[in-house]
Amino acid sequence: MKDNPLLAGLFVGLLAASALPAWAQLSIEITGAGANRIPVSIADFAGERIVSQALSSVVRADLERSGWFRLVESGSLGTMEPTAGNLGDLKSRGADAYVAGSASSTAPASSTTEGRYETRFRLFDVPKQASLGGQSYAHGSGQLRSTAHRISDFIYEKLTGEPGVFSTRIAYVVKSTGRFELQIADADGMNAQAALASREPIISPSWSPDGTKLAYVSFEAKKPVVYVHDLASGRRHVAANFKGSNSAPAWSPNGRRLAVVLTKDGRSQLYTLNVDGSGVTRLATSTGIDTEPQYSPDGQWIYFTSDRGGSPQIYRIPASGGDGQRVTFEGNYNVTPRLSPDGKNMAYVSRHEGRFHVTLMDLATQQSQILTDTAKDESPSFAPNGRTILYASEINGRGVLGTVSVDGRIKQKLSVLAADIREPAWGPKLK
Amino acid sequence: MRPLIAVFAVALPFLLSACSSQPPVAEQPGAGVEERKPTAVITTPPVVPPPITTAAIDPYSLAALKDPKSILFKRSVYFDFDMFVVKDEFKPLIEAHAKFLANNPKLKMLIQGNADDRGSREYNLALGQKRSEAVKQALLLLGAREDQVESVSLGEEKPVCSEQTEDCWAKNRRGEMLYSGEF
Repeated sequence: MKDNPLLAGLFVGLLAASALPAWAQLSIEITGAGANRIPVSIADFAGERIVSQALSSVVRADLERSGWFRLVESGSLGTMEPTAGNLGDLKSRGADAYVAGSASSTAPASSTTEGRYETRFRLFDVPKQASLGGQSYAHGSGQLRSTAHRISDFIYEKLTGEPGVFSTRIAYVVKSTGRFELQIADADGMNAQAALASREPIISPSWSPDGTKLAYVSFEAKKPVVYVHDLASGRRHVAANFKGSNSAPAWSPNGRRLAVVLTKDGRSQLYTLNVDGSGVTRLATSTGIDTEPQYSPDGQWIYFTSDRGGSPQIYRIPASGGDGQRVTFEGNYNVTPRLSPDGKNMAYVSRHEGRFHVTLMDLATQQSQILTDTAKDESPSFAPNGRTILYASEINGRGVLGTVSVDGRIKQKLSVLAADIREPAWGPKLK
Repeated sequence: MRPLIAVFAVALPFLLSACSSQPPVAEQPGAGVEERKPTAVITTPPVVPPPITTAAIDPYSLAALKDPKSILFKRSVYFDFDMFVVKDEFKPLIEAHAKFLANNPKLKMLIQGNADDRGSREYNLALGQKRSEAVKQALLLLGAREDQVESVSLGEEKPVCSEQTEDCWAKNRRGEMLYSGEF
């Protein structure tokens, strides 16, 4: 608010890098897979080899990495109109689903424009010998990966009944020597770009519900200040810079307000404000620390961490204010509440014998399950389909990210060469 | 007037460090003269190399902040695990800075609280804030003005020590006092 928004925008513009070098890419390693993976056969797409291979290989990688599928060779089969015999053959190979597709050029590349393509695919239920539908997309040669992710999303949804999240993005902070970068990458770790680079720490990135902005805390002013950063333009503005510390931004589901933690009145307390920084309202008054607010998906509640009862525990309060209700009771350290998109489950971090684990609570039954076996887990973040939780951890002293399915079975590790990666936030699924 | 100020200049650090449980800097060469009679510094010219500045520094001048022999040179207050009260051993340090702020009403101070790195970053930010706030309240009690001091937190983001040991964690649980121009 006090900052000149133009200057702030310029500063970010100077620091923002475009695509990052290859060594800065996220690498993803699967460390655990589902028990009952769906066997699926993805044929090589027909058409111009370079294009069709790129498409089918990205679809295969997406499905396999998700942990919900097992790839089955399709042999020489590649037709989008398989015969009963073809499908019978696939069945004997063990496939339950078959995907075939093609990419055809609709306009060649010129010196000023990229080539255009039409990509089509169909998905088949092998045992039932039935088509499960298909799609066609018109796209440029620069959109091969995003087109493949949309195909993967379609397949995933038809076969599991849940929306896929292959087309989504994740934000995280990479710390290398003396440098912090707020990066955004596709959910498969590719196309990482830096939205902000700073010599001072950056924490708590939070996606706006429409996926166009990130709120975060930056320490570039030698104290924590909350910014809202528009990703397309690279411009940002100060959302909260009051005397004391400003932190823990969380968007309301309608994207109009932010819940934040301010210390302007002494202790760390919850406030809400408009995204432009106006309309500051105190949400609650407690005798201790209140922090890490998070709106429930229906916008009715704000879950948060508080030590008002002695140890840090999770509470919730009506988003319009009122009395806080305690949510966690087991153990003496339960922090960072994050609700699942359907509002039924809550991921959080609990401490057991000095080890910090991602934990999942069924809010209806209040039953909790520890999902991870790493020791320094932080910052859980739900995938927009609620099936997977992305979180930060540490392996051999290095900051890494992990994902774990809500049943605790499917696990991945995401790391960056020679740097710490932390503070992940899974972006929304865009319509 | 001048001699009086000079006496105070020399005596104050000793008075304050006498109360501190941290060892005062006693090993400087040729310090014996000063210990016997502070006023002697004025009448006898400083012997050989030792800091010409030390004794002559006005305890409330900005130079005092940069003088390794002044208590004001120290800026860190350490806290026990899960504790947010300023320990007695740091009271003299805080008193000295409070008096310094009172005598330099235009000066401002940023107090940065810090936490060790175990657990949630945002919760640790709040713990660091409790520490900086404790230092701020102690300063206000001892003479600093509210509009001179701002307490903020760096949470676990600026560790001075990065090993996973109790010693290291203890070094990170601290408040740092920075004056205008130092942050």
